[in-house]
Amino acid sequence: MTNPSAVPMVGIENVDMRYGGAEGTLAVSGLTMAVKKGEFAAVVGPSGCGKSTLMKLVTGLYIPQTGTVSVAGERVTEPVSIVGMAFQNPTMLPWRTTLDNILLPLEIVEKHRGRIRTHRKEYAEKAEHLLETVGLKGFGSKYPWQLSGGMQQRASLCRALIHEPDLLMLDEPFGALDAFTREELWCVIRDLHFSTDVTVVLVTHDLREAVFLADRIFVMSARPGKIITEREVHFPRPRDLEIMFEAEFTDVVHDLRGHIATARAQQAEAV
Amino acid sequence: MAEARPKRDFTDLAPWIYTITLFALWEAASRGLSLPVYILPAPSVVAQSIVDYWPAIWKNSLQTLYTTLVGFALAVAGGLALGLLVGWSRFIYKGLYPLMIGFNAVPKVAVVPILVIWFGIGTVPAILTAFLIAFFPIVVNVATGLATIEPEMEDVLRALGAKKLDIMLKVGIPRSMPYFFGSLKIAITLAFVGSVISETVAANSGLGHMMLAAQSQFNVPLVFAGLVMLAIEGIVMYALMAWLEMRMTGWAHRSGMNRQ
Ligand SMILES: Nc1ncnc2c1ncn2[C@@H]1O[C@H](COP(=O)(O)OP(=O)(O)OP(=O)(O)O)[C@@H](O)[C@H]1O
Ligand SMILES: [Mg+2]
Repeated sequence: MTNPSAVPMVGIENVDMRYGGAEGTLAVSGLTMAVKKGEFAAVVGPSGCGKSTLMKLVTGLYIPQTGTVSVAGERVTEPVSIVGMAFQNPTMLPWRTTLDNILLPLEIVEKHRGRIRTHRKEYAEKAEHLLETVGLKGFGSKYPWQLSGGMQQRASLCRALIHEPDLLMLDEPFGALDAFTREELWCVIRDLHFSTDVTVVLVTHDLREAVFLADRIFVMSARPGKIITEREVHFPRPRDLEIMFEAEFTDVVHDLRGHIATARAQQAEAV
Repeated sequence: MAEARPKRDFTDLAPWIYTITLFALWEAASRGLSLPVYILPAPSVVAQSIVDYWPAIWKNSLQTLYTTLVGFALAVAGGLALGLLVGWSRFIYKGLYPLMIGFNAVPKVAVVPILVIWFGIGTVPAILTAFLIAFFPIVVNVATGLATIEPEMEDVLRALGAKKLDIMLKVGIPRSMPYFFGSLKIAITLAFVGSVISETVAANSGLGHMMLAAQSQFNVPLVFAGLVMLAIEGIVMYALMAWLEMRMTGWAHRSGMNRQ
């Protein structure tokens, strides 16, 4: 066994993933990447390049045909419950209150499901606390359809965090929000990551979002997706929203934009 | 929801206004055109007939209500069970689907003779016909509710290690409840159709039987009296189901789940 701190939180090696049998869509091919423990990683790339596929591979929802995926040093062969997930669509259950929605993972995850009945109060307090950190204090008793889109998205973040996952996987969670709410939630995620040792993988279309939040950015090629560039972002933490107006920040964004433009051009040629 | 109503809203009265107008027009038409009572008896004549034959009408109404409700209860139990089974696995769904379509396509009146061969004339064929006809919409609705779980919701749960049973219990079944309760309104109406068909073809009691007997004696007001009783029973049961739906799954209306 090597030095445990050298074991990446997420390790993807030479992975091919094809949907729907031998003739199906090759979504990612030769995908290799590693995310360190505690790191904030962002994945950007052209639409349809396999970013969501990557998320599903890491969480064990799909098992690749070739190559290996590992989380915390363990090879992924089935869903790994140390992961929390949030999507673009908040997918709250309309018949449960927001609080009960947030507690849902605890009714599933092996470690908690035996305790949730007897220790409900303690868990509810934890959920209330999470709601407070995302600015939804007192909204636990409301139903999701009584919340705005942005509020639902905050609640879905709480749901992803309630079982204290070591790895948080976010698939364009801010995509459908207005610019102000989005910036607010960037700060929520930033603080969350800063105050805990959770590892975050964020898929996004928004390059500024990636540069503002991430320590490491992976740029994917067009489908079949693989990593074409990986770059570290060294702005000191905690970062302020103001850094987005600095020249250095804009340079990084421009550089990434260039890579994605190239990837899209290659795709256009290939077609 | 407490909405401010500045002036008296007649919308709540609309059903009564329309119903009373319909009966008034009917009364006026049959009097004005002096239609013979064996073609179209006036509502007043029908009402008189209800009073005159009340003991028989009451007994037969109860019989029809009884066969309908028993058939309906069986349809609810069977439909819910089969719906959950069909929604559970694609294999069962694929296998049973053509069978169910074929089964549903058969006019139920054609099944009554078989039921009579098996169970004889009377209550049992009526109950079974009501069951057979009311069963299908419940199955389809419950299965639809299960089959339309958002894939992302399933992913969230599966990624946490949820088994199929967890997903069914936490998402599938609650989700299919609005579909289920919605289908009860259709099912109860169809159950009446089933029991009356069977009573008309093969029974010694029930409103269907009573109306057939009245018709053979040219007692047209009594035939209409039977119709009115059927309409009343149907409306009451429908309203009950609508109320139940609202009570049990009001969240679906308020959240707009069924409006998508
Ligand atoms: N369940 C599936 N079955 C078959 N093909 C799929 C499935 N999911 C995704 N694909 C295909 O795999 C490719 C990658 O899809 P994926 O959802 O990973 O892209 P993405 O990068 O997340 O796109 P976007 O940025 O638009 O969300 C696409 O061509 C898509 O058509
Ligand atoms: Mg995607």
